[in-house]
Amino acid sequence: MTFDEIFHITLMQGFAGLSLFAVLLLMGLGLAIIFGQMGVINMAHGEFMTIGAYTIFLMSALTEAYAPGLMQAYFPLAIVCAFLAAFAFGWLAEWALIRHLYKRPLDTLLATWGLSLAMQQTFRSVFGPKEVSPTLPDWLMGSWEITEGLDIPINGMFVLGLTLVVTGGVLLAMYKSRWGLRVRATVSNRTMANAIGIDTRKTDRLTFAIGCGIAGVAGAAFTTIGSTGPTSGSLYIVDAFLVVTFGGAASLWGTVVSAFGIAQTQSISEFFLSGSMAKVLTLLLIVGILMMRPQGLFAAKVRR
Amino acid sequence: MDAIKHWLTRGGYGSLLILAVLLLVVFPLAMDLFRLNLVGKYLTYGFVAIGLVMLWGYGGVLSLGQGVFFGLGGYAMAMFLKLEASDPESTKIQSTPGIPDFMDWNQLTELPWWWEPFNSLPFALFAVVAVPTLLAFIIGYAMFKRRVGGVYFAIITQAVALILTVLIIGQQGYTGGVNGMTDLRTLLGWDIRTDEAKYTLYFVTVFLLLGSIMLCRWIQLSKLGTLLLAMRDKEDRVRFSGYDVSMFKVFAFCLAAALSAIGGAMFTLQVGFMSPSFVGIVPSIEMVIFAAVGGRMSLVGAVYGALLVNFGKTYFSESFPDLWLFLMAALFISVVMAFPNGLAGLYESHVKPWLTRRKAAPATTPEPPAPGAETTANIASPTSSGTASPTSKISISTKVSSQSA
Repeated sequence: MTFDEIFHITLMQGFAGLSLFAVLLLMGLGLAIIFGQMGVINMAHGEFMTIGAYTIFLMSALTEAYAPGLMQAYFPLAIVCAFLAAFAFGWLAEWALIRHLYKRPLDTLLATWGLSLAMQQTFRSVFGPKEVSPTLPDWLMGSWEITEGLDIPINGMFVLGLTLVVTGGVLLAMYKSRWGLRVRATVSNRTMANAIGIDTRKTDRLTFAIGCGIAGVAGAAFTTIGSTGPTSGSLYIVDAFLVVTFGGAASLWGTVVSAFGIAQTQSISEFFLSGSMAKVLTLLLIVGILMMRPQGLFAAKVRR
Repeated sequence: MDAIKHWLTRGGYGSLLILAVLLLVVFPLAMDLFRLNLVGKYLTYGFVAIGLVMLWGYGGVLSLGQGVFFGLGGYAMAMFLKLEASDPESTKIQSTPGIPDFMDWNQLTELPWWWEPFNSLPFALFAVVAVPTLLAFIIGYAMFKRRVGGVYFAIITQAVALILTVLIIGQQGYTGGVNGMTDLRTLLGWDIRTDEAKYTLYFVTVFLLLGSIMLCRWIQLSKLGTLLLAMRDKEDRVRFSGYDVSMFKVFAFCLAAALSAIGGAMFTLQVGFMSPSFVGIVPSIEMVIFAAVGGRMSLVGAVYGALLVNFGKTYFSESFPDLWLFLMAALFISVVMAFPNGLAGLYESHVKPWLTRRKAAPATTPEPPAPGAETTANIASPTSSGTASPTSKISISTKVSSQSA
């Protein structure tokens, strides 16, 4: 093996880590809003991601059946639909379930776990137990050969780009918009926020729905790198929670950094160890660090 | 006579007596061996559930990793049984006789060193309790000393459950992988697969379970139990009173772990195998629902919860497999939204006032308390609603503990 080959393998392995980083970050962002900001343990977060993935699948099937000419263009629209579908279901879930449980975080955990079971079974009944994949437009296929022996898959780059756009959007909305201001005010002092005229219930509902919508976008990104089954989302739920906790629950930047760290650790150790041992090593590292530093990497400075 | 009556009501032992009669007399007489074996299997989850009552209901700490301890206990037992089943005589077709079959399939040529001690039953029995308790101590000490609790603790324990599952599945040669340890036959030459052995094991399980409930009840009635409750409600007050809050939590966590482990070992003995499917995230959360359905404050209720949910699971997943997950979902949601205190809470708020009214009316015979009565019998007033009763009781005990210190 020449030096060049080793260099290329390292680059490609690093890029594989970036794809994982993208999915983890998109999952983590939604959860950082719901769990980090609102304190709701949403165990059904993975299922909202699956909603997004199935929306893409549906859109691709519909386009293929009724407007085959638009196959090249449907994908961006489908991503918006994925966001809206997950957003709508999130809104509904907040109204029906979550709003009754804000004062009992451990109980939201059980209730949303129940919700996730019901959603999984619904997916299974509607879409069947088999994994499905949407027909992707041609421009997402193939790879970009930079030099001889160095291939970067295009779908990976697309996911990465999407992640950057969404992350930027969320950070901007959180720190520059009126909504973000209301959310941050509600989080830091609910009673006070109420007193100065912020409708905290409305803010809660919108915030929860937006968090779910971002999970839907994560699902859309997920369809480009893997196939979707009824339980796809639940595979990522523990990782997503760890990303948020590890980054420091109330910090969005922490989520970005920890998603990157976790994805790269896993992807690089996968190169030296078997897949399962890489996972064990990564998780052990996170749990170990969390035991040493329970507040996570970036702790928000909050007076309690 | 009055002394017995007092003992039964004060300690809430009346409901325990009913449970004992049900498990020791009614079930063995009414059911065939297959069903009884199933009950025995469900009762091993009852150990986990009463552990969760102590940890979650009383200590206020929710662990989503009880499957880890159940699994470790079960695996420790299974390792001993597997070694006994793999004597050189019965494994002579393997390329290396005398080691468990899955090791041979994975090209291992000798027993790993950490398997060696499991050749002895006393060590295996010791490990059943010691290993999970030690792990619980390490996790609990690291977390509670840094005042990590609530949600974060739940997530970390869940991650531990994931780690152990991935580890067991990944290290096939040492653990049997995803199939687990199967084909367990004898315990010191005593065949655990015979009808007679199944009866014996059922009764051993029941006695251990009743003993565990007595132990937990004793802890609840002691000062320690009061402190646990006080901690759950106003942790800071207890800390300012001079108690080392974290060590009490560690104790509750270790107790719950040890109980789960005993359940796991009995599970292995009765079912004859152990696999990672009893360790992971999903079974661990299901174990929480056993305690929640029975009533998170009630030891006896938790056992009924484990029995009921598992019977439901067996029945529905056989007859209506599509419906089962929806039912389970409805169970999770309704237990949280409508009956936060489970069956026992329903008994407290509905059945008990009715019984009292009947007792008050003349010319009616007094009825024995219905199952699940255990909960908060000695504390909550029967007229208060199910939701309100634990809270009111807690605030009282908090005051007591902070004043007494």
